[in-house]
Amino acid sequence: MDKLVDQLIIGLSVGATYALIALGYTMVYGVLRLINFAHGDVYMVGAVVGYYVAHAMVRAGEPIWLTITAVIAAAVICCAILGFLIEYLAYRPLRNRPRLVALITAIGVSLLLENLFQLNVIFGPTPRSFPPEIRAALGKRFDLLSLGVSLVLMVVLTWVVKRTRTGLALRAVSYRFDTAMLMGVNTNRIISFTFMFGSALAAVAGVLDAIRYDVRPLMGILPGLKAFIAAVLGGIGNIPGALVGGILIGVVETLLKGYLKSEYTGYADAVSFVILILILLVRPSGLLGRPEREKV
Amino acid sequence: MAGSEPQPRLAPPALPSWVANLIIVAILAVLWPLNSVLEKNLNPYYLQILVIIGINIILATSLNLINGITGQFSLGHAGFMALGGYVAAVLFKHYQPSGSAAILFFLGMLLFGGIVAATAGLLIGIPTLRLRGDYLAIATLGFGEIIGIVINNTEHIGPFLVGGASGLHGIPAYTNFFWVYSWVVICVVCVWRIVHSTRGKAFLAVREDEIAAAATGVDTAYQKVIAFLIGAFFAGVAGALSAMWFSDLDPGSFGFIRSIEIVVMVVLGGSGSITGVILAAIVLTYLPERLRILHDWRMVIYSLLLILMMLLRPEGLLGRRELWWTRRRLRSASAAAEPST
Repeated sequence: MDKLVDQLIIGLSVGATYALIALGYTMVYGVLRLINFAHGDVYMVGAVVGYYVAHAMVRAGEPIWLTITAVIAAAVICCAILGFLIEYLAYRPLRNRPRLVALITAIGVSLLLENLFQLNVIFGPTPRSFPPEIRAALGKRFDLLSLGVSLVLMVVLTWVVKRTRTGLALRAVSYRFDTAMLMGVNTNRIISFTFMFGSALAAVAGVLDAIRYDVRPLMGILPGLKAFIAAVLGGIGNIPGALVGGILIGVVETLLKGYLKSEYTGYADAVSFVILILILLVRPSGLLGRPEREKV
Repeated sequence: MAGSEPQPRLAPPALPSWVANLIIVAILAVLWPLNSVLEKNLNPYYLQILVIIGINIILATSLNLINGITGQFSLGHAGFMALGGYVAAVLFKHYQPSGSAAILFFLGMLLFGGIVAATAGLLIGIPTLRLRGDYLAIATLGFGEIIGIVINNTEHIGPFLVGGASGLHGIPAYTNFFWVYSWVVICVVCVWRIVHSTRGKAFLAVREDEIAAAATGVDTAYQKVIAFLIGAFFAGVAGALSAMWFSDLDPGSFGFIRSIEIVVMVVLGGSGSITGVILAAIVLTYLPERLRILHDWRMVIYSLLLILMMLLRPEGLLGRRELWWTRRRLRSASAAAEPST
């Protein structure tokens, strides 16, 4: 029974980080109908920034809680800027082109980030870990902390989307892009905001996962794909959906890894893809999404 | 493709079919002596690049049939390639035929790898091709990943050694320049003939507007599955060819990234243009090799070039025209064929 509770807490905490990444996918898809393949790599950049700040702070002997706050703040700021730049330089010029073109560009940006960070000048291909002091200071509380941070961020996001003027504009843009523009919404500003907010959330997820596992230039690929699946599972473009999807994928995966015989655990990674395909076949609009009618 | 307007000619005036067939036979006849000349005189490194280019042409041309011509965005092509490669390699390694039986077995395995991949394409295609656009892309991506993960975690199937995560090694290397380029010819000719047949018109109709195609009597689901099946077949053959060239199979090399590489060839060549995609396959195989002098910076420059090319020339190298189309031809064809969106 204790094992089940432990596994559930880990699952929830893993799922919450998936959900943080998934929110970025979903918000961007909501406003631009673009699968932002570079999103998983923004998450990686967050982890790398966190890695450098964490080592600098620990070496300077700062207290752990201050270190963690500074690490997250630095990652959030850097990734928000990165997200803005990616949209401004790579996606905005292609806004009115076929979506496939933007998708390939997104893949290009993703490859660029992965390969830039494999350069030894910037980070190098070998995995590195956060200073052990941080993990040691947190111990078992880490999963609760990660879950707590994720939940707080989601509440903040929900508040922004539901209660502020920017959030209203964001909802308007994702409902009807052209009409929102006609109603005087500054769509470019809203899109930049979406990218920055999504990237900031991914940065937090990156730091959390960097503490949980380690930092690698390719660390964004698999969590990126899974978060994306989570977004589709919940209904892409739907914010609560991303939350539900992320948690669901995280819990299912952790439980499978915890309880499956060791020779089968390798297949656990495939499970999220199986879930994805099942949901696409049964209900392509996702658990919470509204089915879209095709109009002629 | 509006009703009353005259249909634009999508093909150059067709050669009489016996001339076309003669040309194909002539090319194949030239390939055989060329093979031994190249093997004797060419630096093995360049021969290897030539072979990889050939394999990539097969992959890109077959994906072009699905993505560029039928307009179904598939992100799982590497999965079919893995399936074909593994089926051929596992059986070949298990039975170890020798002498003249080996070459027949090799050819049989190429076909069998293709057929298994095509069957998988059929099984995957029937349920997923109901989905559209992004959702189809995600579903095919999911299938590609599942194939990769299953291979990665399977050591044995019954008596057959699959190799799991450490890969399969010591596969008899029967692939050579001749076989690869024979299959390039077969693949390109097949796709070319399909595009310029009635079925090809149906594929194009599905790409341009699925609802309009269905309204004019095209069985869209059926046409999509057929395109998927043919594409998967050639991907399987390409996988088998490459497995028996390198004589090693690494399950990690068939991931999402490999699928993306092939998609990039199709998009960069100009979705739907057969010659454009071939050109892109050549450029995108050769370019990273040339960039090797940059060492670590190679892939950075490669991805920057990719982004820049998409920003500066989003319709691909050739757009929708073929190599020999003149600008005027393009204009008259695209005026009628381009969708209004």
